Amino acid sequence: MSIPTQLKYTKSHEWVKSESDGTITVGITQHAQELLGDMVFVELPKIGRTLAQKEECVVVESVKAAADVYSPVAGEVVAVNSELESSPEKINQDPYQAWLFKLKPDNAADLASLLDAQGYEKALESEGH
Amino acid sequence: MLIFEHSRPGRRNRSQFSTIKAEKQNIPQNLLRKSPMLLPEASEMDVVRHYTRLSQKNFSIDTEFYPLGSCTMKYNPRACNALAMLPQFLARHPLAPEDTGQGFLACMYELQEILKDVTGMAGVSLTPMAGAQGELIGVMMIRAYHEARGDKKRTEIIVPDAAHGTNPATAVMCGYKVVEIATDKEGNVDMAALKAAVGPQTAGLMLTNPSTLGVFEKNVSEMSRIVHDAGGLLYYDGANLNAVLGKVKPGDMGFDVIHINLHKTFSTPHGGGGPGAAPVGVAERLLPYLPVPMVAYEKGVYRWLTEKDVPHTIGRLSAHMGNAGVLLRAYVYVRLLGAKGMNRVSEYATLNANYLMAELSKVGFEIAFPTRRASHEFIVTLKEIKEKTGVTAMNLAKRLLDKGYHAPTTYFPILIPECLLIEPAETESKETLDAFAAAMKEILVEIQEQAEMVKSAPHDMPLRKLDDVKAARELDLTWKP
Repeated sequence: MSIPTQLKYTKSHEWVKSESDGTITVGITQHAQELLGDMVFVELPKIGRTLAQKEECVVVESVKAAADVYSPVAGEVVAVNSELESSPEKINQDPYQAWLFKLKPDNAADLASLLDAQGYEKALESEGH
Repeated sequence: MLIFEHSRPGRRNRSQFSTIKAEKQNIPQNLLRKSPMLLPEASEMDVVRHYTRLSQKNFSIDTEFYPLGSCTMKYNPRACNALAMLPQFLARHPLAPEDTGQGFLACMYELQEILKDVTGMAGVSLTPMAGAQGELIGVMMIRAYHEARGDKKRTEIIVPDAAHGTNPATAVMCGYKVVEIATDKEGNVDMAALKAAVGPQTAGLMLTNPSTLGVFEKNVSEMSRIVHDAGGLLYYDGANLNAVLGKVKPGDMGFDVIHINLHKTFSTPHGGGGPGAAPVGVAERLLPYLPVPMVAYEKGVYRWLTEKDVPHTIGRLSAHMGNAGVLLRAYVYVRLLGAKGMNRVSEYATLNANYLMAELSKVGFEIAFPTRRASHEFIVTLKEIKEKTGVTAMNLAKRLLDKGYHAPTTYFPILIPECLLIEPAETESKETLDAFAAAMKEILVEIQEQAEMVKSAPHDMPLRKLDDVKAARELDLTWKP
C-alpha cells in the first residue's frame, strides 16, 4: 500500500495536508476506507465549529460500520466538502482527493505532533495489519 | 412480493371483520382521517398462501445449522413453548391478584433463585426486556451506588476494545465517559493499559468473559482486584455465559453486576429482534437498587416485591413483569436441564467450538488465536486469502448460503480483519459440524479455482447478491400503490 509522502497522518487514520494559507485539509487514509468498505453516509461538521485535538467531528458510515473521524489538531472548521454528502463513494474511489474538512489550526506548532508517511506505516504495522 | 400486491378492490375476508362498532365518537372532526386507511384487500386463502410461502423462505434454527457467533443460536426445545403456552399462563391477567396467580409467581421466584445460584449473585431481577436494557439497568445501578455514597468524582467507565458496541453505548447513555483499553496479541485485556486507566475517576469496568474474541480472559481475578482497589465496580456482560454455565460463577470472579441474555444462554427464541429477556444479577452492595417487580416467598406464599419493599430501586422497566412469556420458557428450560444439565451445556458448547476450530484449521483456514483454546466460539480470519485472491469474509459468507448454511457473524469483532465469528452451540451433532467443515473446505477450493464465482455469490438463493450500498442510501420501506 503506498502512503503519500507529502501528507501527515494520525494514528486514528486521518491524513493532513498543510495548505499555503496556513489552513490544513483533512481526510481519511486508504487503509481506513479499505477497512470500512463501501461508504453510504458522511456527516460533516458545521463551518465555524471549534474543535479540540482528537475531538470527534465527522461520522463516516459504511455498509459495515459507522466510524468517527477525529480532529488531528485543535482549530476552527473553515470549509467542508459537502459534495461527499451526496457522493460518499468518492472516499472509496480516491481517499486522498476526497477531503472531509479544512481547519484553521489554533497553533501551527501542533502540526509537529503528526506522523509522517514512514511513521504512519510503522503505526499500521504495530496494529498488526 | 408484498401482501399489498395481492390486493384487489372489494376482495374480502369476512371471518376477520371486526364486529365491534363504537356507539359514540368523542374524537374531534379535525383529527379524523379523511380517506380510508390503506389496507390490503385479499381473501383468506390469499393471505394464508402468502404467509405460508414467506414462512417457507425463513431460515431458522428449526431448519438448518446457524453458527452465528456471539448470538448463541441454540435449539429452543418444544417443551418450553408448550408449557409456557398453557392456557392458564396465557389467559392470566397481569393485574390478577397474587392469590390467584401463585403458580405463575412460583415460576418467577424459582427462576430468580436458579439464576442467582448459577451466576453466584446475591439478588436477581427478571424484568429487563432485552440485553441492551439489562446493560442499561446494570450501569444505572452502578451509578446509583456511587451517588448514594456521595462519590461524585467517578465519571468514567472502562471498556475493552473487544467489547460489544452496546457496552460503550450503555455507559454514554448513563452519562459516563468511555475509556477504551486495548487487547494484547493473545486476545487478553492489556493489563498495563487497565492499570493506567483506573483511578479515583473510575466508576466501573464492563467486561465480557469469555470475550468476543472467543477466548477466556486469563487475568480476571487480577482485573477484579485492580478495579475494586480503585473503588470501581465490575460489570459482567453475560453475552457469552453459555461458555461457562454451571462451571464458573461471575459472582466468584468478583463481578458486582451481570446481565443474562435468556434468548442466548437459556434458549428462549431470538425472534425478529425480540422479545428478548435479560435478567440482571447483583452482588450484596447493589441489592437496594434492583428494578421492580421481583417475587418474594414468605410463609408459604409468593408475593410481588414493589417500590414499597425496595425503596431505593432504580424503578420499573415495564408496566408488569417484563416479557413474562419468555421468562416462563427460560424457567422450563432450566428445570428440564437441572444443575447437572447446565454443566453439560457449557461442556458441549466449548467442545463443539474447539472441535470445529480444529477441523477448519485442518482444512486450511487461518485461526485468529491459534495458540488459545476456544471458548464457545472462535474466529477465522480471511486476511491472507483476501490479499491473495481478493475474496472477502463477506463473499465466503454469501457462498455458505448457497451450501445451505447460515453465515457466521462477519466483521465482528472489528479488531480482527476479514473475520468470521463461528459459534456452533451445544445442540449440534458431530455429523452437522463435519458437514459444515466439509462445506467450508469446498469453498476454500472454489476460492482457489474460481474466485470470481465466490465473489458473486449467492447463486442459488431466491435473490442474488444485493447492492447493499444502494439499499442503505435509498431506503425503501413503505409500499405505495
